[in-house]
Amino acid sequence: METEPSFFETSPTPNVVGKPLNRVDGRDKVMGRAKYSAEYPIPGLTYGVLKTSDIAKGKIQNIDTSAAAKQPGVLAIFTHLNIPKLAVTPNDADGKKAIGAPMGFMPLTSDVIHYAGQPVAVVVADTFERATHAAELVRVTYLTEQPIAAYTDPKAKIFDPQKIQDGKTDGKTRRGDARAALTSAPVQMTAVYTHAINHHNPMEPGATTAVWEAPDRLTVYESTQGVTRTQKALSTMLGLPNEQVRVITKYIGGGFGCKGSCWPHSVLTVLAAKGVGRPVKLSLTRKQQFTGMGHREDQTQTLTLGATKEGKLTALIHEKTSTTSPWDNYAESNSKIINMLYDCPNFEASYQLARGNVMTSTFTRAPGEAPGSFALESLMDDLAYKLNIDPIQIRLLNHADKDPTNGHPWSSKSLKECYARGAELFGWSKRNPKAGVTRNGRLLVGMGMATASYPVHNSQGNARVRLYADGHAVVQSGATDLGTGTYTVMTQVAADSLGLPPEKIRFELGDTKLPTAPNSGGSVAAGTVSSSVYMAAQDVWQRLTKLAIKDKKSPLFGAKAEDVIVDKGRLQLKKNKAKGEDFMALMKRSELTDIEGTGNGKYGAGYETGQTASPASSGNVEQAGQHSMHSFGAHFCEVQVDPDLGTVRVTRWVSVHGAGRILNAKTARSQIIGGSIFGIGAALMEATHRDHNYARYVNADLADYHIPVNADIPEMTVEFIDERDPHINAMGVKGIGEISMVGVSAAVANAIFHATGKRVRDLPITPDKILGTKAV
Amino acid sequence: MNNFSYLQATQPKEATGAIRDNKQAAFIAGGTTLLDLMKLNVENHDQLVDINLLAFKGIEQTSDGLRIGALERMSDVGENPLVMQQYPVISQSLLQAASPQLRNMASIGGNLLQRTRCGYFRDTAFPCNKRQPGSGCPAQDGENRGLAILGGSNACIATHPGDLAIALVALDAVLLLENAKGKQRRVPLVDFHLMPGNTPQKETVLEPGELIVSITVPTAAHTRKSMYLKVRERTSYAYALASAAVGLDVQGGQIRSARVALGGVGTKPWRSREAEKVLTGAPATEATFRAAAAAALREAQPREHNRFKVELAQNTLVRALTELTAA
Repeated sequence: METEPSFFETSPTPNVVGKPLNRVDGRDKVMGRAKYSAEYPIPGLTYGVLKTSDIAKGKIQNIDTSAAAKQPGVLAIFTHLNIPKLAVTPNDADGKKAIGAPMGFMPLTSDVIHYAGQPVAVVVADTFERATHAAELVRVTYLTEQPIAAYTDPKAKIFDPQKIQDGKTDGKTRRGDARAALTSAPVQMTAVYTHAINHHNPMEPGATTAVWEAPDRLTVYESTQGVTRTQKALSTMLGLPNEQVRVITKYIGGGFGCKGSCWPHSVLTVLAAKGVGRPVKLSLTRKQQFTGMGHREDQTQTLTLGATKEGKLTALIHEKTSTTSPWDNYAESNSKIINMLYDCPNFEASYQLARGNVMTSTFTRAPGEAPGSFALESLMDDLAYKLNIDPIQIRLLNHADKDPTNGHPWSSKSLKECYARGAELFGWSKRNPKAGVTRNGRLLVGMGMATASYPVHNSQGNARVRLYADGHAVVQSGATDLGTGTYTVMTQVAADSLGLPPEKIRFELGDTKLPTAPNSGGSVAAGTVSSSVYMAAQDVWQRLTKLAIKDKKSPLFGAKAEDVIVDKGRLQLKKNKAKGEDFMALMKRSELTDIEGTGNGKYGAGYETGQTASPASSGNVEQAGQHSMHSFGAHFCEVQVDPDLGTVRVTRWVSVHGAGRILNAKTARSQIIGGSIFGIGAALMEATHRDHNYARYVNADLADYHIPVNADIPEMTVEFIDERDPHINAMGVKGIGEISMVGVSAAVANAIFHATGKRVRDLPITPDKILGTKAV
Repeated sequence: MNNFSYLQATQPKEATGAIRDNKQAAFIAGGTTLLDLMKLNVENHDQLVDINLLAFKGIEQTSDGLRIGALERMSDVGENPLVMQQYPVISQSLLQAASPQLRNMASIGGNLLQRTRCGYFRDTAFPCNKRQPGSGCPAQDGENRGLAILGGSNACIATHPGDLAIALVALDAVLLLENAKGKQRRVPLVDFHLMPGNTPQKETVLEPGELIVSITVPTAAHTRKSMYLKVRERTSYAYALASAAVGLDVQGGQIRSARVALGGVGTKPWRSREAEKVLTGAPATEATFRAAAAAALREAQPREHNRFKVELAQNTLVRALTELTAA
């Protein structure tokens, strides 16, 4: 790390980075010129539509495609009997791992039905309407078995998994002796929390356009958070060399985790295109989106704490039970944040799973941290009331000065500043500490807060910079812009790294032909890709420096490379800045039209240790560094509750985060606002209801699955604490994709408690739960 | 969605005749419910008869009261000054319904015919007695949180989803219907929707080919002093968990006449004569309102997940009456 250049050194006062630059892709989006994955006008394009299973468990007895096949325009109908075969499927031993698939099951490989909504056929026709119509005419008869809908089903078998999250997290964790510490703790509290099923519901559903350029060469336009991961999944399943599969994703309309992996519909589209011999595009319907790309699982958490009379934590015990699919041991790792957020010497966590006839759940914005923080931050609030201590004070009292999980110092931590600034912006001091006494006419007014944190995972990526002698540059990395501003912030980073105005930069992303970048997930993209871009720019300067010091006509001729620095595009001597020249003069004299540099950007522990670990082993790498790396923040929420009608309105909101360098003040603010609204939705209204007999959703549409509308959201105040963190990557960027949501539902629930004196531990907090007539 | 033919009718007889001759045909006005249900294959029609060119228009005060043409759009009626000032409950029910986009498309007649949001009804993979008579009702012990607590049967507990119908049924609205022979009849809205009983597939008294021409709301003291209160899980674009349409004539603190209807809780727009009986002649006090609310919900038959609606509907009604008398 010491030997590598750092943005802190080369751009101590950035020109563009950090500024509220407008989105560079904004104009293309509002003009309709930005192309999403189902919008490419490929010659000869055909349309694929999925037919999905009505039942949740059983077997296909018969599929009658005769009526559908007779329809005009129908080109092919694929079922498990005739779809082209895959070389490797996730059903195979080790297949899932090789593919990197999110689920250990591939539909249309047999007659077995594991979940409602499982694809059973793909219909391809010359128009979307004809394919849709024909799919409805495919007649499937089933041998139906009684499904298990959830872990709450009395017939469900609860088991203790060795590992959850595809082996990334242990089923049990112990630090110290929490049981013994609890027994001797003067204050003991325990509570049970439930979380409804949540769906990501990006505006743009899952969508794939598959084009076979040759029998062994494929191009896929895919709505994914990572072209590299999709490329690997598809090439492995198809048995093709990686480079024979090209994945392109120029724009995606939201992902929130559900586009972090390659799901069955994408594979089926590719196979259908192969089978029909023409390009096929397929979009999930909104209803199919509910069973096509995972969800946040239904779950119960039991959290127990032991504390001193003064409120100092001595023990935390966390137990979680949730539903997983027939093949995977997926559960969000809720316990991680509970383990690290406060200074508590004794900790224990365990996960239990039950197999249901459901699609595998998957990462959903702040997977684990969001529901885990709901439990922890609700119980901390209870502790504060019980001991008559201010909720901020109880958190300060338990502030973790170092990482309690391993004793490492934090690379940076501004949590105390977040509390202080948030409290000031919010007017926390005016809050009556007593619950249930503040009124606004008929309405009860409550103020609550909660802590947020999200780890800096280990990651790395690559970028390429091509700098032209006329003073413009093309910068590339195979990253994804989820709509949060990757195009814009990378343009800013490139501008400052190259000493050019942002309008002279063209940043390209979303193509496996470009240098490899990680998935936009786990909040790693901003830090990794910005560092890669920065390092690629440094590579260009090194090449130009080499050129200059060998060029007799250059003022730098004969200088040592290490004595040359670059300031805003000018190469000059460190000790005599007057001696130097602009890169354009150097390149023109050398008759160089352009020059290319590449860079590898490391993010997180890998940056600090110099290790380049694959994400699969990131858990180990994260423990290997000298520092623990996290973002921290605090949310403050005011609600007004109508106790008679049970309605809750969020009336004020303040979020303050310390998340390293903020690359763009405007897009960062928007991202925090968006994530907080996502959290308010989970807190107050989001729930997918699965029928307990049929294991099938009853509200799989956006009229009945509620997400907040504009009228639900007040003005929101967002600030960042200036943080300089040289340990995490060359840019000092932590990333803000997930932290915006962590703690949000607890802040809302805590405000509701303050308003009403009633503690609601079941999300979402709908009017029935405020009324107190709990469903039996 | 199945393939269908499309006919644009210019005269009522042309429209009603086409439907009478083909049991699989359906009228289409705004299409906001019909097309949705056809895409879900819940409804299958081989012919759609577009009635938008028919002259069923107008929002006017007549000697019989407020007359609204069946083809007026929800947004036009909701924002009409006469309706807003003289019949506030109607305007409020419309403007709290659906979304602006839907209100701009949906017709008043069609709105009264909108079908339930019961998730079992809307998904053909489930049994449903309303969709497939005799197939069963998984909602009875299923995800019945949003479903009805009043007027249900063992065959069906689907909630009437509307807002406008609640306001209109409270105000004694009368529908003018016209059949294929050109014959017209008047039906009070309160008698228009049917309870599910053993035939939940039959939702109204409309005969095949019969059209709603217009709606008339008799003018009275309680029409002007009226309001609609809707409780829902988000502030806009959500169906009512419970709603109340109320109209009162209060003089000297005594209630001379009262109109009460509840939404979100009934299998049909739920006029509560029981509540009106308690209110009429009683002092306009919270105690009276509480007693009226209790009377309105006395017959409630909640299921596992919708018990809260008994309390919520009562509180909603009390709040509406309280706000109306305070205004």
